[in-house]
Amino acid sequence: MDDRPAEIVKFDNVGLRYGTDPEVLSNLSFTLYPGSFYFLTGASGAGKTSLLKLLYLAQRPSRGAIRMFGQDLITMPRERLPDLRRRLGVVFQNFRLVPHLTAFDNVALPLRLAGADDKRVMKAVTDMLDWVGLAHRAHAIPATLSGGEQQRVAIARAVIARPKMLIADEPTGNVDPDMALKLLRLFEALNHRVGTTVVVATHDVHLLKKVPDSLIMRLHKGQLSDPTGALRYPPRPAMPKGGGV
Amino acid sequence: MNTAAPPLPYAPDAAEAELSVAAASGAKAAPLLPAARFAGPIPWVIAILIALVVIAAAGGLTLGNLANSARADLSAAVTVQVIEPNPDLRNQRGAEAVRVLTALDGVRAVRLVPEAELAALLEPWLGAGAGNGDVPIPALIDVELTGAAGPAEIARITAALNAAVPGARVDAQSDWLRPVYDALAALQWLALGLIALVALATAAAVWLAARNAFAGARDTVEIMHLLGATDRQISAVFLRSVLREAAFGAVVGAALGAGAVWLLGQQFAALDSGMTSGGGLGLADWLTIGAVPLGGVLIALLTARITIALALKGML
Repeated sequence: MDDRPAEIVKFDNVGLRYGTDPEVLSNLSFTLYPGSFYFLTGASGAGKTSLLKLLYLAQRPSRGAIRMFGQDLITMPRERLPDLRRRLGVVFQNFRLVPHLTAFDNVALPLRLAGADDKRVMKAVTDMLDWVGLAHRAHAIPATLSGGEQQRVAIARAVIARPKMLIADEPTGNVDPDMALKLLRLFEALNHRVGTTVVVATHDVHLLKKVPDSLIMRLHKGQLSDPTGALRYPPRPAMPKGGGV
Repeated sequence: MNTAAPPLPYAPDAAEAELSVAAASGAKAAPLLPAARFAGPIPWVIAILIALVVIAAAGGLTLGNLANSARADLSAAVTVQVIEPNPDLRNQRGAEAVRVLTALDGVRAVRLVPEAELAALLEPWLGAGAGNGDVPIPALIDVELTGAAGPAEIARITAALNAAVPGARVDAQSDWLRPVYDALAALQWLALGLIALVALATAAAVWLAARNAFAGARDTVEIMHLLGATDRQISAVFLRSVLREAAFGAVVGAALGAGAVWLLGQQFAALDSGMTSGGGLGLADWLTIGAVPLGGVLIALLTARITIALALKGML
């Protein structure tokens, strides 16, 4: 009997091309399991962002099959996508904050979309902004925030609704090392205490060492390699607990 | 920097998730997007279009009332002319015609129009000497029937008169106004056509404005989608904005149009003409005119809803 946990995401021979250009992702087949912490690495242009777009449902694949939370994305009507998207938390590469909303309202968005009442929104968002050190900037609009502050708002927005899967595209690129570590601890807390599956795209190799239980997927020219056994079952962490590559 | 353990974020429970779609179209959707304002002139364009429709509708209704009033006044009226150059014979035949007509069934009243009254009627055309006998004027008899003066009635009266009054000519008074009725009907159709064209123009203006508003907010809409917003949540925000601006335009346009109609009404009332006095607007007419801005808002909402729905369908 197969005792594997139900997968969060399953890619089967997936390819992606934009228009008539050559494929930017080819023959991707892998499975993401609940409660795992994945790093997605690769050089610039390797296809990390394209793969993340498929994961956070901004793009449909050109070929292949994708299942997410047990549902077939290829045949799923678009009316049902919001339900899946609400289970995801996404830190976009360029943050993608809503420009006319304050930091508070940006962070509150996922909760409001899910129908949370104002009292609970107020408490949750205030706590989260306080924790990322932006309580004093709660009423600032994104244009008046620094890059690092915008990134922290984006991360707070991504985790505020306690997503089943957190997808982050270079989430620590604009913050200082202390804040980067702190944000990683937040991701780990979600991963360990809530069971959130975390996928972090980064080209910062130092970051990989900070999360001992993490698994590494490497993209090269649109192809996925499995140097550490992350894509096998049971997945093998990239490094033993306690650090070291 | 806060170094405490990160707070576990709040998670909406399943019940809330179930409610989320319902909440989507309500107040919670309000802060999700910027007030998707149309380009500045759109409410004023709607106001002008609504004002035109109000004026056209009032004009059409007035013309309808005018025609109905004239038709009602004249529908039972018949004119009998006794054409005879000899005045004595004319008077004699006129009296005979009155006798025959009075004895007929279906006749309510018969009045031989006095010669002085006829002369006064003709004076504007024939001058002060119209009644001096130089120009033979037919004897004229006003007949009011109990029912409508249809072709059968006219034929019956003609037959009754022919034997006793040779040369008598019977006309339904409404026949004289038939070309006027036709012209009024044509003007009514013109008003209806104008209303239809303006409704189309309103829809086109809203379509363009909604498309522009959507294009301007496309990036935000995309973010909202990726965060789990439903099409209903997004379109509710746009529709709220459309409703606000269309309602503003409709109210201003209705006020402008009603003001113009009222002024025109005062001008025509000052004419003190029997023809125009039947064209006043009643309560039902004003209620119909009051429905014009409501119709305009509905057209704007429907157009915007379709436009936004189509635009959203083009997104993942």
